[in-house]
Amino acid sequence: MSDAGNAPVEYLGLQCPIPLSEYPQVTLAHGGGGRLTHALIERMFLAAFRNPALEPLHDGAVLEVPAGRLALTTDSYVVSPLFFPGGDIGSLAVHGTVNDLAMCGARPLALTAGFVLEEGLPMDDLWRIVRSMARAAKDAGVSVVTGDTKVVDRGKGDGVFINTSGIGVVPPGVDVAPARARPGDRVLLSGRIADHGVAILSVREGLAFETTIASDSAALNGIVGGLLDALGERVHVLRDPTRGGLASATNEIAASARAGLRLEETAIPLADQVRGACEILGLDPLYVANEGKFLAVVAPEVAGPALALLRAHPLGHEAAVIGEVVAEHPGRVFMRSRIGGMRVVDMLSGEQLPRIC
Amino acid sequence: MQVEPNAQGMAMGTVSFAGVNKEICLAYVPEAKVGDYVIVHVGFAISIVSEQEAEETFEILRRMGELAELEEGPDGPAGPPPAEPGR
Amino acid sequence: MTMRFVDEYRDADRARQYLRLIARTVTRPWTLMEICGGQTHTFVKSGLDRLLPESLTLVHGPGCPVCVTPLELIDRALAVAARPEVLFTSFGDMLRVPGSATDLLSVKARGGDVRMVYSPLDAVKLAQRHPDRQVVFFAVGFETTAPANAMAVWQADKLGLANFSILCSHVLVPPAMEAILGSPASRVQGFLAAGHVCAVMGFREYEPIAARHRVPIVVTGFEPLDLLQGVYLAVRALEAGRFGVENQYARAVTRDGNLPAQALMREVFEVCDRAWRGIGVIPASGLALRARYAGFDAARRFAVGGITAQESPLCIAGQIMQGLKKPHECSAFGTLCTPEHPLGAPMVSSEGACAAYYHYARTP
Repeated sequence: MSDAGNAPVEYLGLQCPIPLSEYPQVTLAHGGGGRLTHALIERMFLAAFRNPALEPLHDGAVLEVPAGRLALTTDSYVVSPLFFPGGDIGSLAVHGTVNDLAMCGARPLALTAGFVLEEGLPMDDLWRIVRSMARAAKDAGVSVVTGDTKVVDRGKGDGVFINTSGIGVVPPGVDVAPARARPGDRVLLSGRIADHGVAILSVREGLAFETTIASDSAALNGIVGGLLDALGERVHVLRDPTRGGLASATNEIAASARAGLRLEETAIPLADQVRGACEILGLDPLYVANEGKFLAVVAPEVAGPALALLRAHPLGHEAAVIGEVVAEHPGRVFMRSRIGGMRVVDMLSGEQLPRIC
Repeated sequence: MQVEPNAQGMAMGTVSFAGVNKEICLAYVPEAKVGDYVIVHVGFAISIVSEQEAEETFEILRRMGELAELEEGPDGPAGPPPAEPGR
Repeated sequence: MTMRFVDEYRDADRARQYLRLIARTVTRPWTLMEICGGQTHTFVKSGLDRLLPESLTLVHGPGCPVCVTPLELIDRALAVAARPEVLFTSFGDMLRVPGSATDLLSVKARGGDVRMVYSPLDAVKLAQRHPDRQVVFFAVGFETTAPANAMAVWQADKLGLANFSILCSHVLVPPAMEAILGSPASRVQGFLAAGHVCAVMGFREYEPIAARHRVPIVVTGFEPLDLLQGVYLAVRALEAGRFGVENQYARAVTRDGNLPAQALMREVFEVCDRAWRGIGVIPASGLALRARYAGFDAARRFAVGGITAQESPLCIAGQIMQGLKKPHECSAFGTLCTPEHPLGAPMVSSEGACAAYYHYARTP
């Protein structure tokens, strides 16, 4: 067993623990369940994710959980390209699932990680991804306790697909649900939008533009935990605007709560470069994905303290109150434009296609 | 904005959109120089923005606006006339 | 960092001033038309159209090149895209436009190599990179895009690329304006001309139209303040009984336009009659490849026969694009016809009036 197998996560070497001279790429045999699979799991996954629940390498992990409400979530990650400014499919897979738990008001307890690897995936890339996941998990204070690996024929996958499921515990005094939004509530956004989507597009083939925008991919359980600890059940809704962007997330809240939402375009933080990129590409930033931001709908009397709390946290320093919940136009989201007119903010239909004119 | 010809001898340049750089064909704006602002459409610059015209239009815009305020009196938002937008 | 020449034209206070100015200038009802999908979008997206005085009616013209591309040509494009040797490229807008039976995205889903590009030059690059594939570019657009498409063909010619071709659906604005004004049902009294079309072509050709039909035509930009100023100038002219061409977008448009661009357009293209979806054939309203470059015509290179285009009987795109009806007046709007299952192009194209209304102005 290589040294990496005994080292704590902080010292995970850059050198891939699977000897690259022998196996520079993932082969079908690595998914067969035999010796090679074992080597892959032990030398790579166990080495990276090392924790007591994972050690036995049993069919499943057994955990002690406190009594109360459990939150459970699952997500699959198919992002292409695998590596992008600010992250990779691995860190995304951890952040995304941790964040889904956080949006339920839960403290993340444990994650699973299922890999579908494409035959021919460079082993070194896999190691980079796994290391990145391990780091992301550690930073979020969560462990990967069980997992699975399959290998599919060349051409049947996009390099790697990852599924992560997560369980978490919802502390007493927390009651977060989209239906809880009430007229009068304020809508807070933890920071600027559209960074992630633009970062991905900037490395997609054929879209050649230079930018220093990086994905905002981050674990939000810390900042959310702080908010919930301080304000408890006066935080009514938490939502992260991932696919479909801010527009879709606000629409989902409006629909669940059967209330209307009114947003102020001038209040929504947006980086200049992101705005520039969206102009070039003909994209509306409201519909572009975010991976390290969240919406909090809170009772009006705590809007001030909530904003202060968010701003005090490194992941929320650009937080802003972007709107409020109203009784009018239930299920619909309206926004006052920069110029003063009102427009509907619709759900995304299909994929957003860039405009040319 | 940097101007340099590409392999086909087609004038290409780097155009910046609020800090995002993109390679754009400048064949249709031969007089364009570094520092100019251009209108870009599907990867081509089709017009150089005339600062002078822009300022004139702006002046007209502003004066008309102020005229409206003057004639209207305290109908609109109270307070001093709005600040000049950044140039 | 603000975006220069963009931010100043989105200033809320100025907008309010302009709106007040327009409101005071208008003494009776007027109908204005804008012919540019981008302008339609700005109006609806910034909610400007609803801030204008009630007596001012803003109708949307056929400013969406995607929407006016004949159904038969779209079906032809779909047939070409489905061929195994073809690498079909197009701007994003075209991907979901419905043909008689399917659309480009569905062709892609079924295995066709369909790729979105931002510039026709990207398509030329693809042709260079994949000499074993036939790269076809769907050249759709107004005069704004024509110089880019002309350059792409000219480049391909210089490079001697045998595997590059374009499916051409170029349309010209002035003949459309004439057709609309010439229609007995037309209520249009003034026009906002598309700023970027004029950046390329200048505005000389609008002068005879303004004179013949006695309408004001204001060359207008795309930002909210541009549009407001354009509307104001048009209304001021109407109230004074004046007609003729005025240039609001002077910072980017000159009377003669972009001469090098026009030169290359003339070199590669010639004017031809063209069918506008929903309107019919408008003489001398389109561009086609000249004989010298006819080899790059994908319609000739790929003989696809047996195309019978079938429009949805419910779609009133033609009436909408002529400004005779508004999207929400269509019986299928938002019900049978939505961006997810569009009956016609204006609901799907990002330049389309129906799409703009659906996304930004649909009332509950």
